[in-house]
Amino acid sequence: MAREKITMPQLGESVTEGTVSTWLVAVGDKVNKYDPIAEVLTDKVNAEVPSSFSGIIQELIAAEGDTIAVGGLMCYIETEKDVQDEETAANDENDKDLVSVDNTAKENQSMKQRYSPAVLRLAQENNIDLLTVSGTGRGGRITRKDIEKVINAGTIDTLKSETIDVAPTMSKQRETFIPDVNHGDIEIPVQGVRKAIAQNMVRSKQEIPHAWMTVEVDVTDLVTYRNKIKHSFKQQEGFNLTFFAFFVKAVAQGLKEYPQLNSQWAGDKIIQKKDINLSIAVANDQELFVPVIKNADEKSIKGIAKDIVELANKARTRTLKSDDMKDGTFTVNNTGSFGSIHSMGVINYPQAAILQVESIVKRPVIINDMFAARDMVNLSLSLDHRILDGLVCGRFLARVKEILENMNETTTNVY
Amino acid sequence: MTVMSYIQAITAALREEMIRDEKVFILGEDVGVKGGVFRATDGLYEEFGEERVLDTPLAESAIAGVGIGAAMYGLRPVAEMQFADFILPAVNQIISEAAKIRYRSNNDWNVPITIRAPYGGGVHGALYHSQSLESIFANQPGLKIVMPSTPYDAKGLLKAAIRDNDPVLFFEHKRAYRLLKADIPEEDYVIPIGKADIKREGSDITIITYGLCIHFALQAAEKLAEEGIDAHILDLRTVYPLDQEAIITAAKKTGKVLLITEDNKEGSIIGEVAAIIAENCLFDLDAPIMRLAGPDVPAMPYSPPMEKYFMVNPDKVEKAMRELAEF
Repeated sequence: MAREKITMPQLGESVTEGTVSTWLVAVGDKVNKYDPIAEVLTDKVNAEVPSSFSGIIQELIAAEGDTIAVGGLMCYIETEKDVQDEETAANDENDKDLVSVDNTAKENQSMKQRYSPAVLRLAQENNIDLLTVSGTGRGGRITRKDIEKVINAGTIDTLKSETIDVAPTMSKQRETFIPDVNHGDIEIPVQGVRKAIAQNMVRSKQEIPHAWMTVEVDVTDLVTYRNKIKHSFKQQEGFNLTFFAFFVKAVAQGLKEYPQLNSQWAGDKIIQKKDINLSIAVANDQELFVPVIKNADEKSIKGIAKDIVELANKARTRTLKSDDMKDGTFTVNNTGSFGSIHSMGVINYPQAAILQVESIVKRPVIINDMFAARDMVNLSLSLDHRILDGLVCGRFLARVKEILENMNETTTNVY
Repeated sequence: MTVMSYIQAITAALREEMIRDEKVFILGEDVGVKGGVFRATDGLYEEFGEERVLDTPLAESAIAGVGIGAAMYGLRPVAEMQFADFILPAVNQIISEAAKIRYRSNNDWNVPITIRAPYGGGVHGALYHSQSLESIFANQPGLKIVMPSTPYDAKGLLKAAIRDNDPVLFFEHKRAYRLLKADIPEEDYVIPIGKADIKREGSDITIITYGLCIHFALQAAEKLAEEGIDAHILDLRTVYPLDQEAIITAAKKTGKVLLITEDNKEGSIIGEVAAIIAENCLFDLDAPIMRLAGPDVPAMPYSPPMEKYFMVNPDKVEKAMRELAEF
């Protein structure tokens, strides 16, 4: 059994529609193939529409008086034979063939360097190297539209090279300058982590307008406190309680209060991150990694210290996983471990800022008009000036300074 | 504005021209009492009488010959060939006489005749009722061949043909007669012969065609627009002599050109269009000029699947357009 359509037949040259004047059958009637089922009126002829199938009339779609276009549905008839299925099956097979042909066409790049006269002319007129243009045409062909797009997009570049003679030289300098290699020099290929570092640094410095700010923090109390507990801590926990853990803790707390610094630049918007995940810079002889202390604001100083130790070990043994490195929202860099007292960090793209924690140095400081020997440390902040301004960063640094200067035995618990 | 079918627009143009100029008269087979087999002259016999709506014998050579003679003596005959297929016995009159008299007589004589003929297939008309014969006449200087695609164009161009002082062949697609309906302004208007018309503005591919194929192209273009393929469609309207400037402009616009005709491919009108583009647009072309046409077989078959294979239709046009767009 199958449900078939009976449609308005072509009832003469130039006839495109017909009006059903009378139905000669009703729903439920049994009809034989070629039996008349309806009378139809066109502006040329009056005619009877024959049934295209034998079967039972199921549903009359057109009402008497309706005008139906040639090929338009008149009624449904239920037939005994299943014709439709065979047809659809055959059609499906054809469709499959078409699809597979299409796929091969897309991967094909054979037309990549077949240029049409229009494309060649436009490329010459506009000094475009066709090898640098990607094509959207069949077989990777560069179409006229592709090249017009390049021309429209690159108008400014073209103008520059025409008006300013220096421009070409400048753009050449952008390409890496290759120095001479003399006898005895060692050539080290740039690859892997080194290459990634290079790319990230270039990207950060080229894209982010850096600004800098440094504050001086008196951490005498913190030093006293930490020195007092470090041996018992080591014995109890099995790892060192570093100063750095305290700094990370203070920064995490500061970021909680100044979330502007815990954000990222996204072109037409700034994304303020909810989680405070602090990247820390860890180096081995050749490489620099920035693994992440996740949710640093939720961890105790001990927890942070433990993370630092573990991440540093992983970096040294090259067992850091990509999970350890991702989702950082702000970077704290322990430059003090090299004895640095002042530095200007390159922001860890796409973060908004990086804080350099410099060496703690005992220095004479004037307190209440008297000299005192104090443990002083510089905190140097590099900030993305698109996202941040001096005011908010100043407040943030002041807050971190306040937290650190108030860290002592009575206020702070490492656990 | 009135909604009119293509054939109603033809009838309206005939009637208005007969009212405007009493020199205009109609002659042809069954055009009088019957009002034409397609009813193009419906009501004109009753309105203007047997002296201005003449039923003729079944002799196309005579219809053309009588018309040419009357035209030379100052009348403005509109001769109807019942089907374009039947024009062939009149070819000698049309090509050797009508087309050449102004030239041969050093401008002393001219032939302001219009010869109307329904052409085209897809109507189960088979061999003798489906042909496209425009290319037979399309290298005869002195003749003009007009093939309008819409009711609006049909009315304006038929008026221009009747008012033209030289012979005009006016081919009407018989399937368009009742298929196409459009708003027609009440007031008198004339569309100049020899001017192509942009039927759709687009920037990806250029389609140049005429007659019913314009509608296939427009339908396909709407479908392809959903895929982001933007078609520019030029309606030649006059297929001889061709509007070269419009063809060159349209071809240069996208650099990808598809030419369509319902006629057999080889030697058809679009071959000439391709030549004009090749001569003038080489450095703007972005793809080989593509042609979609009927196959080079002698006649439109009667069998419906065979006829479907022969005829250009919206699916074939869409496929060709997509292929060109993707090139």
